[in-house]
Amino acid sequence: MTEVAAKPVPVSTEPVPRSASQAADRRAILILAAAIVALNAVLAFVGLWIPFAWLAILASFVLVVMICERLGRMVPLRRRTAYERALAFGFPALVLLLWQFSAQMGLINPTWFPPPTRILAGLWDMTVRYDKFSQTSLIGRPWLIPEYFGRDGLAGVWTLLSESHVLATISRVMIGFVLGSIPGILLGVVMGVNQTVRLMLDTTLSAIYVLPKIAIFPIVMLIFADPFGEGPKILVVALAVFILMTINTMAGVRGIDRVYLMAGRNYGANGWQMMRHVIVPGAMPVIFAGLRIALGTAMIVIISVEFLRAKQGVGFITFYYWEVLNPEKMYAGLLVVMMLGVVLTYLLQWLQRRMMPWQR
Amino acid sequence: MNSMAPSGAPRAPKIVARNVTKTYPTLAGSITALDDFSLDVAEGEFVCIVGPSGCGKSTFLRMLAGLEEISSGTIEIRPGSDPGKPLNSVVFQEYAIFPWKSVIENVAFGLRMRGIGHRERHETARYWLDRVGLGKFADYYPHQISGGMKQRVSIIRALANDPEVLLMDEPLGALDAQTRVVLQEELLRIWEETRKTVVYITHSLDEAVLLGDRVILMSAQPGRRLATFEIDLPRPRSIDAMNTPRFAEYRAGIWDQLSSEVIRAMELQQ
Ligand SMILES: Nc1ncnc2c1ncn2[C@@H]1O[C@H](COP(=O)(O)OP(=O)(O)OP(=O)(O)O)[C@@H](O)[C@H]1O
Ligand SMILES: [Mg+2]
Repeated sequence: MTEVAAKPVPVSTEPVPRSASQAADRRAILILAAAIVALNAVLAFVGLWIPFAWLAILASFVLVVMICERLGRMVPLRRRTAYERALAFGFPALVLLLWQFSAQMGLINPTWFPPPTRILAGLWDMTVRYDKFSQTSLIGRPWLIPEYFGRDGLAGVWTLLSESHVLATISRVMIGFVLGSIPGILLGVVMGVNQTVRLMLDTTLSAIYVLPKIAIFPIVMLIFADPFGEGPKILVVALAVFILMTINTMAGVRGIDRVYLMAGRNYGANGWQMMRHVIVPGAMPVIFAGLRIALGTAMIVIISVEFLRAKQGVGFITFYYWEVLNPEKMYAGLLVVMMLGVVLTYLLQWLQRRMMPWQR
Repeated sequence: MNSMAPSGAPRAPKIVARNVTKTYPTLAGSITALDDFSLDVAEGEFVCIVGPSGCGKSTFLRMLAGLEEISSGTIEIRPGSDPGKPLNSVVFQEYAIFPWKSVIENVAFGLRMRGIGHRERHETARYWLDRVGLGKFADYYPHQISGGMKQRVSIIRALANDPEVLLMDEPLGALDAQTRVVLQEELLRIWEETRKTVVYITHSLDEAVLLGDRVILMSAQPGRRLATFEIDLPRPRSIDAMNTPRFAEYRAGIWDQLSSEVIRAMELQQ
């Protein structure tokens, strides 16, 4: 070992260039913020903001992005998650705030774009209201459960639950989803494994897949003794999910690396073991990706069906409030649809973590 | 071609492959991956196959395992006295350990397929995991361990299955030089204990000479049998055998023929 090699290289502990760039970032943020204010103020002052609204909004958005990127560079690593969360929730909050502001200032027509506060008020009103005529409420007035239970027992609770729009929609979606996805996955596996079945069914399924499911709703209604009951609604959801899951699962099975099939065979797996230990787990990532899409499709189908023909359900009230020209509550209905989507997606993700523990 | 055991006494052939040919149909016409390849492997013999990349070594091994159709010719593996034993187990070049099973479940996979109970198969799997230094990783999933560890899992999955014939396709290919030497020794030791019939594909001539009773050299595409080298080094061997002049002689002899074949293979691919 020579002396030169042993000599330690001086390491600077002071991140000099970094703090310099931070100061530059700070300055840039101020300038950019000023630019946003100036741009909008000038446009508003000369009365050109409204005709050029889209341009002003786009420019402001770009400037906000630039500000946030500089802010992001200044955030220390341990605050990173907090920063990312702030961006994810802060931006929609900002949009809502602007919406509120512009609706109140009359920049946008509050009849068609009611301010968020009024939508929330509408949502609250819908939640606490019981419609005597149709005997429905939004979530089934859970605060009355003790009273009804005391009076009529479980039957009373059931009366309350069955008046709920949200529960009606959720149960249609969930039942349809399960009834469609399980046979869909089974048929998809068969089609993935067996070439004959695949050749026989593939074209037909692709043809049905592109058909809007709402277009076959009238036919589905005719099949049932009670065309206006729950049967047809659940069946269209199930059909849509079934087709999608069949096609998806088939792709998942076909995409399994051949070497896993060879390994399964070489280590003595019989037909059933091959399914359980190689094919189904191998296709699982694609199956769950498919379930996620199928959930979205199921929501679309059920809401459209409820628009079309239902006396209960989130789609029904949304459409109803549009018909009676109550946009606040119509938006509130859409909000409920979105919340349902979020909740169901979380459920699916939970299931995915349970069933695929090997994926982090 | 009559194979002789290193001791000179003829033993019953365990594997008989006769005039095996494999052609793959492709859009640009058919490719002959393996051409008129014959090989006898005696019971308890360790045969190494070397050859340029793409000469059909993996194809041959998969055909031995019955995982690939044979275009013409015959392959036979004679079953042993114990009908419960699996005929062959493959260590795949691509590891092929299941990402959805934990390390220990992967190792116990073959036993489970044969209906061996949870306790017994996990005991066997643990024994092998400890033997290759993976005891601590039993409950990890493959994506949580390194490439070299995956390769070890793939090797002991085959060993735990205790087959009549072991078919290994570059089982130490993805290992660093140090781990490789350690595992070569371990493989030698395991083989001395079990004396299994092994067909072993490798790119390393050192490995081939160190492990094999015989080294088969294959030609570039289409794969044919180019030469056979009997490795008459004393058993039991250890890694020290690599420092003997005999070893160097064998190695040089094989390299002499292989190098010209590798160059020919590279010219073919252009
Ligand atoms: N499914 C296939 N379809 C067409 N050609 C194939 C197929 N599988 C292998 N081949 C061809 O057969 C030849 C032999 O392939 P193989 O994998 O057996 O080579 P190898 O000797 O194992 O090579 P390496 O040492 O790189 O692993 C190659 O030329 C390859 O292109
Ligand atoms: Mg290969």
